[in-house]
Amino acid sequence: MDNKVKFNTKNLDLFYGDFQALKSINMEICENEVTAFIGPSGCGKSTFLRCLNRMNDLIDCVDIKGEIIFDGKDINGDIDVINLRTRVGMVFQKPNPFPMSIYDNIAYGPKCQGLKDKAKLDTIVKDSLERAALWDEVKDRLNKSALGLSGGQQQRLCIARTIAMNPEVILMDEPTSALDPIATLKIEDLMQSLKKLYTIIIVTHSMQQAGRISDKTAFFLMGEVIEFNETPKIFTNPDDKRTEDYITGRFG
Amino acid sequence: MEAIKRKKIKEKIIENFFLICAFVAVVSVLAITFFVFYNGLKPFVSNSYPFWNFISGVEWRPGSNMYGIFYMIVGSIFGTLGAILLGVPIAILTAVYIAEMADSRIGKIIRFAVELLAGIPSVLYGVFGLGIIVPYVLKISPMAQGESLLATILVLAIMILPTVVSISETSISAVPKEYREGSYALGASKIQTIFKVVLPAARSGVMTGVILGIGRAIGETMAVMLVCGNPIAGIPTSLFDQIRPLTTNIALEMGYASGVHQELLYSTGVVLFVFIMIINLAVNKLVKTKVGS
Repeated sequence: MDNKVKFNTKNLDLFYGDFQALKSINMEICENEVTAFIGPSGCGKSTFLRCLNRMNDLIDCVDIKGEIIFDGKDINGDIDVINLRTRVGMVFQKPNPFPMSIYDNIAYGPKCQGLKDKAKLDTIVKDSLERAALWDEVKDRLNKSALGLSGGQQQRLCIARTIAMNPEVILMDEPTSALDPIATLKIEDLMQSLKKLYTIIIVTHSMQQAGRISDKTAFFLMGEVIEFNETPKIFTNPDDKRTEDYITGRFG
Repeated sequence: MEAIKRKKIKEKIIENFFLICAFVAVVSVLAITFFVFYNGLKPFVSNSYPFWNFISGVEWRPGSNMYGIFYMIVGSIFGTLGAILLGVPIAILTAVYIAEMADSRIGKIIRFAVELLAGIPSVLYGVFGLGIIVPYVLKISPMAQGESLLATILVLAIMILPTVVSISETSISAVPKEYREGSYALGASKIQTIFKVVLPAARSGVMTGVILGIGRAIGETMAVMLVCGNPIAGIPTSLFDQIRPLTTNIALEMGYASGVHQELLYSTGVVLFVFIMIINLAVNKLVKTKVGS
């Protein structure tokens, strides 16, 4: 486990107005691993995830202090946010395909970056859908509306859409919480194959899911990281009593 | 038992009263339609004036028994089309600005102004057009008067703003924030997000606003009457030509007309009626097929 550090946060504080949602987060997230964030609702894990591609910019009165070093640069500093988001993609809790065709959903990101070449777009669409294990199911209906897909297919489409940007990191905010168990399994399998190519950071409410898919797990509580370690260690022999209580279901 | 019976009767009476209220609208629309069509079709049924001459004629001279409304139909279409082409883009961009860009204080001010615009009586739009727009048009016009297609278009474009802005803004605001987040997360800029995701998602609402705007523009009478010139003949061929829309034709002469003249004014109303129906149906169909695809 000598993977390169992708994200390194130093003393990260985040305030929504007067409320401090994140308290002095220090964390190193490594390349080509799956890192899981667990913790009870409102503990700040999604908020932290959204810091990593500056999605919190969209919310008013958010104040961030501290550093998030991504490939040697502090992303809270003077950087090109659009460039950051092309390198750090995101999949959301609720599948959110755009109300357009399957093809256009995938081609959207590359087109926004100015790619017009139809042949190249075709290749990107096919590759992305194949990597997201969706190609066989949709190859005959690429021009149909993406809203006609099932929930699980929509979520894999959203993953494909993110892959189409060829990002380095994929952030996933509870990507399976709106899906049935079979669709969930498919997404988990997908993550395993994707981690060879991308760094994956996932927020999940399901302890089993974190245990199944992640290499490292961080346990959040009240805006703090209580414990961050190899997943097997967290789940079998946590250092902190609160981690153990949460994992064994004594609260949360 | 007596008390329960009385209560039931009371309930029944109240219910019927509501029904009567609801019927007022239904009866009104039927009565207006019947009245206009009955009077408007009379001259063609009784053959007192040939339908083809009416619909294709380009002169309206009641004194010489010439009643052609083709140039009015063209005038109505040009006026409405121009107002839509000019007013709709302005309205949509205004709605986008209020809903997506303006900070809440500026947004409130603009929204308030737009709402005020909606409340101004149409005759005042006409007076404004006559006092301000017509003289300006005259300055650049090769014609001897400023009342023109151009002046009509400008006044109508302002008049449709409130309708299109408020309905568009509502539907833009109703676009789920997940779409915006998805777009931003893919590295799209704000402008790309608005034009490629938000506006297409709000399309059906925006189109509803445009339909209502068309309805308002084609049906507007008072404001238009003051700035359009109301000539007695001639198809408009330039923006500076005068026009005589169907609506103003009715309003100008209904007060004193009689006989065939009066009946043909009703016929003008029938044409106007049919026009609005066709436009509504066509645009409705257009919206449905587009959304369906």
